[in-house]
Amino acid sequence: MEELIEKLKKEVIEQLNLEETKPEDINPDSPLFGEGLGLDSIDALELIVLLEKNYGIKIEDPKDGKKIFYSIRTMAEYITEHKK
Amino acid sequence: MELIVTSYCHIHEKKVVINDRLVFYNENILNFADFIKSVYKQEEINYPKFYKMDSLSKLGFLAAEMVLKEKPVTGYDSDAVGVVLSNSSSSLDTDIIHNDAIKDRTNYFPSPSVFVYTLPNIVIGEICIKNKIKGENAFLVSEVFDGKLLVNYVGGLFLRFGLEACLCGWVELLGNKYESLITLVEKADITSRESATGFKSLPFTIKDLNQLIEHN
Repeated sequence: MEELIEKLKKEVIEQLNLEETKPEDINPDSPLFGEGLGLDSIDALELIVLLEKNYGIKIEDPKDGKKIFYSIRTMAEYITEHKK
Repeated sequence: MELIVTSYCHIHEKKVVINDRLVFYNENILNFADFIKSVYKQEEINYPKFYKMDSLSKLGFLAAEMVLKEKPVTGYDSDAVGVVLSNSSSSLDTDIIHNDAIKDRTNYFPSPSVFVYTLPNIVIGEICIKNKIKGENAFLVSEVFDGKLLVNYVGGLFLRFGLEACLCGWVELLGNKYESLITLVEKADITSRESATGFKSLPFTIKDLNQLIEHN
């Protein structure tokens, strides 16, 4: 899990062009949206694409997004459970 | 009504000129991405969203920031400040990136953050969001820089829509070929004709706009 979390941090930084953020700046348990990294709705769509492109996971119900993308850790847990 | 250019920024060929002063030049920079990032860092503009913009928006945004740093428009009502920009390639640079992401149906992963920039007027949105500008705006496309179009269009906005200031100019980019000239146009009777850095305003005329883009 910890290995996946570190990998995800790097992927999120690259996918969302967070140039001034380093992996060690991201607390895996902090919220990604709102106060955390300050991501916006377009970033949310990018995260959906990231899951599909890098892990083959398609989110069928958009309502699940809030839970899945709460933090890097919740993303990692979802990937572990659903990776094909 | 006399309109004057009270501040301008011209970016092209690895250099940045603000109000007749060369503020950045690096002949060793080979591509646009490295060039614009170097200018951003030199100017110490702290706006993380900059990194998420497409190339056209980065070019226009940075030029506008430098114009407004020299001559802020914060004294005007947000509705009285407009933005009119133009270019020849529209958003083609980003359109190509988007097209590359969708042309293979077996590897079809369009990027939402690329797609949102497949309109040229998004650069105006970026400038307006950062500077809380809410006045009239337009993005015009013409084959080459058309000073007459800009002078006539912007003049009309001042006359009919109550503008008191307007960012106006050219933001062209395709690949590593780029040029941006953004001017701040104001009414001569309500603003000072000389900036804090000593730049003397220019008449807002076709001739003066053409001279700015040709002689910097």
